[in-house]
Amino acid sequence: MTDHELDPATAGAPRAPRRRRRVGRLSRRDKAVVAVLLGLPILLDLAFIWGPALGTVGLSFTKWNGVGGLSTKICQPNVPSILNNGCLYGVQNYHQAATIYPEFWPAVRHNLIWLAVFMFFATPLGMFFAVLIDRGIKGSRMYQSILFLPVMLSLALVGIIWEFMYSQNYGLINTVIGHNHNGNAIDWLGNPKLNLWSVLVEASWRQAGYVMVLYLAGLKAVDPQLREAALMDGTNAWQTFWKVVFPVMRPINIVVMVVTVIESLRAFDLVYITNKGVNGLELLSVLVTSNIVGETQRVGFGSALGVVLLVISLVPICTFLYLTFRRESQPKGAR
Amino acid sequence: MTAQTIHTTAPRASAGGRRKPLRWGQIASQAFLICACVLWLLPIAFALYVALRPYSETQKYGYVSLPHHLTLKNFSDAWSQSDMAHYFWNSVLITVPSVIIVLALASGLAFVLTRVNVKINVTLLIVFTAGNLLPQQVIITPLYRLFLQIHVPTFLAGSGLLYNSILGLVVINVSFQLGFCTFVLSNYMKSIPDEMYEAALVDGASLWTRFRKLTLPLCRPALAALATLLTTWIYNDFFWAITLMSSGDKRPVTSALANLQGQFVSNQNLIAAAAMIVAIPTLVVYVLLQKQFIAGLSLGSSKG
Repeated sequence: MTDHELDPATAGAPRAPRRRRRVGRLSRRDKAVVAVLLGLPILLDLAFIWGPALGTVGLSFTKWNGVGGLSTKICQPNVPSILNNGCLYGVQNYHQAATIYPEFWPAVRHNLIWLAVFMFFATPLGMFFAVLIDRGIKGSRMYQSILFLPVMLSLALVGIIWEFMYSQNYGLINTVIGHNHNGNAIDWLGNPKLNLWSVLVEASWRQAGYVMVLYLAGLKAVDPQLREAALMDGTNAWQTFWKVVFPVMRPINIVVMVVTVIESLRAFDLVYITNKGVNGLELLSVLVTSNIVGETQRVGFGSALGVVLLVISLVPICTFLYLTFRRESQPKGAR
Repeated sequence: MTAQTIHTTAPRASAGGRRKPLRWGQIASQAFLICACVLWLLPIAFALYVALRPYSETQKYGYVSLPHHLTLKNFSDAWSQSDMAHYFWNSVLITVPSVIIVLALASGLAFVLTRVNVKINVTLLIVFTAGNLLPQQVIITPLYRLFLQIHVPTFLAGSGLLYNSILGLVVINVSFQLGFCTFVLSNYMKSIPDEMYEAALVDGASLWTRFRKLTLPLCRPALAALATLLTTWIYNDFFWAITLMSSGDKRPVTSALANLQGQFVSNQNLIAAAAMIVAIPTLVVYVLLQKQFIAGLSLGSSKG
């Protein structure tokens, strides 16, 4: 919105010359300041974010246990793996992941389920909370504070707190439904058919509050007169929301979608604290991690899994960047 | 406030027949939100309840039972038996420098990207923003090897490496959060009118002065909101500390929880108490700085 306010002031004819003048005024000291202010963050970002991101891609084509150096030799088939260390492995890591690595497809499936639950349950729920609270019913501030509370807690803490709900013998849920005896106890977090859903309840519990806060910010930006006008026209609240409010919130919708996808790809802490991500709780993020911090280090293979994660996450990232920065690069092209 | 206007205008706009459904809608909304809030509070309340009860009593009557007496002893036991003060101190050593350095670097970067016409400023902003959106696991494998390769003087890191050091965690937290802060701050700085900078230029203010004396004070609300958000996020970080630190005694308190869970495995009441203690700093932020926290989140999302 701020852009709109600024545009008329700066878009006029004087803009281009003014810019040139501004650059021209940079003294040598100013240039040094620019160099430092730009240089340090760029260095950090390249060294610790984008360098490793590209490194993941590179390492994914090698076979390496992390000991000794890497070489450009091509891996020999039928040779003990100790002699085949640090060699170029082609796409073998990807091939193995997709064909013989038993955890891979379950992990992909779990990530997709995670995404679906976030998208079709947690996000709409958060949006619904936001819409109800934004209507200013009595006690809305208290409701907002309570629903927002889990967002403050770390996911590790969320996992621990929910264990008291889910525990087989002493947990609140089993006790209340009378399934806490040795014969009939429901193992919410241990049963591989159930535990993903149990953990997703925990995750949604936190995610819905997060989405709610994002939408509340978006709803505040909706011009109240728009809504009033719609109500005067006799449209009901439901129609008003979908026809008037929802379209205005488009920027927030994009942000929420990106947050939803990225959060479901990042999901790690909850399953790790619950059972280290095995036995029904495999996720891509866990597999990447267990291949590098485990005892047998398969750097190349872990990297290949990391690349899978990277490629999937590039979809929401690029969508977000395109929609966010499109407007900024446009005036440049026009000039 | 917006909603009040709706409620007063809507019945006037249409005949009395509309009033009834509106009231029913209100009742339904209230009921729904009350149910949701009870469900939302229940897990936390139950953990707190477990933490407040003596171990002997819960063994005898079960965890879901009426209290005979409540005690804070679990809290003091959890605190002393697990050396929690030490882990909290680690968290402070990681969180405080990280937040300060991120905000310093990000505000400088955002200033240059918005106020100096560097040719590639949009590209740079895109690169930084995208970097922050990557899942951590995408970069962890090479990062882990990198942290094992980088030697640092032992007065900065006891391990002599970035791996397994507080410094290493500060470095990765700073790098990883830079993108988000730069994005938010550059959006914020764009809303500062150009005229103010022109006036400063006429006064002969150098670039540094324009940054330090003009931009930073104006960005104070955004910086406060980001500081609140970052403190919570970095304090809550679990992944970097689990993967980039091998020894438990250097870990911050959030990831040390995983160890505590093993240590107290036979005494759930102590685990609950420990969890509640770890939640306290974020709850303080929640009570005192909730507005700032939400403002930070909205600043990050209010740009389309």
